[in-house]
Amino acid sequence: MTLTVSDLSITRGGIPVLEGLSFELPPGKALILRGPNGIGKTTLLRTLAGLQPPLEGTIEGAEDQIAYAAHSDGLKPTLTVTENLMFWASVFGTSGIQRALDTFDLNELAERHAGNLSAGQKRRLGLARMLVTGRPIWMLDEPTVSLDINAVQMFADAVRAHLGQGGSALIATHIDLGLDGEVLDVGPNKAKPKPIDDFDGGFL
Amino acid sequence: MIALLLRDLKLAFRAGGGFGLGLAFFLIVTVMVPFAVGPQSSLLSTIAPGVLWLGALLACLLSLDRLLALDWEDGSLDLLATAPLPLESVVTIKALAHWLTTGLPLVLAAPFLGVLLNLPVPGFFWLVMSLLIGTPAMSVIGTFGAALTVGLKRGGLLLSLLVLPLYVPTLIFGAEVARRGATAMEVQTPLLMLAGITAATIALLPFASAAVLRINLR
Repeated sequence: MTLTVSDLSITRGGIPVLEGLSFELPPGKALILRGPNGIGKTTLLRTLAGLQPPLEGTIEGAEDQIAYAAHSDGLKPTLTVTENLMFWASVFGTSGIQRALDTFDLNELAERHAGNLSAGQKRRLGLARMLVTGRPIWMLDEPTVSLDINAVQMFADAVRAHLGQGGSALIATHIDLGLDGEVLDVGPNKAKPKPIDDFDGGFL
Repeated sequence: MIALLLRDLKLAFRAGGGFGLGLAFFLIVTVMVPFAVGPQSSLLSTIAPGVLWLGALLACLLSLDRLLALDWEDGSLDLLATAPLPLESVVTIKALAHWLTTGLPLVLAAPFLGVLLNLPVPGFFWLVMSLLIGTPAMSVIGTFGAALTVGLKRGGLLLSLLVLPLYVPTLIFGAEVARRGATAMEVQTPLLMLAGITAATIALLPFASAAVLRINLR
């Protein structure tokens, strides 16, 4: 299903950050989200994932389709890698975590507690969660933080495989993943401060 | 839903999960009371139902700030909110897990601690019954408080201030059932009130908890 965003305006803490944003994300395509720090990339992803309502505009095709990976991976340190993945597989009603373990080279770590993993290994586990959700649209917020070159390649391969199976991905990242995807620069959609109206101007 | 319940139980029982914290507090409070009020067995048996109920209530309160805060801190609350489970189910399961790891152990421990306070023999049954009926309400109300304060730094104090007044009706009727039971009086009225409070909180509060959680996750 194509994700269609029309004339979207979003806020963070009540302050408008992006306005008039429109784009489409069809199946099989990746969209790389670019823009300077603080412009609202995370807020945009959270809005699309349904964690906060938009100020204006419409989002079509997102209902129960999006798997969201935030800055925090939602891992439980006292559960093993397998238990963490099994939990999310059960929540999303999918079965089997072997493909996720294979894709992100986690087989050797399968019985290790998540609390004993390195930052990069935790990130790989967090990204492996996307595979067990079974959702077609991936929303990834800075997915390559803490990953080494091999792991970045592993992640890029996983995204390519996902796109090849008819999935799509919206990825906020500052590095080149070598993906054949379009770039969505949100810079021009930065919300402008409201002009001072006559009443406020007169008061000032 | 079952997966979430099993995960929360597993997390509670593993190292640092906090299982037994409320139980230890309940034990300490009950053991300390005779030192504070003196060893007269008649006085102890008079105050036993109230002290046991108050101890159980405070023990329940102790573990509430961890109820949603841990999931908030590690980001899993955000991920759960985007999962197919409705947030109403998530908070209900959270409350159930809290009751199974905190409320139920208190119910089971209460008769043994009743012996320490010389609780009259007819009171044991009604103490257990009142706690069994009343503690689920405390977990559900506590989950509502935890949802209100999730994400706030040092939200534990605010959580206590918000939740304690909501606990008062449960405490009044719960302790009254145990007190009347201990003195072989009729318990039907406070028991029905207690059951009514529990039924109403279980039926209504998950919706309120989910609604405030949605706002807090923004």
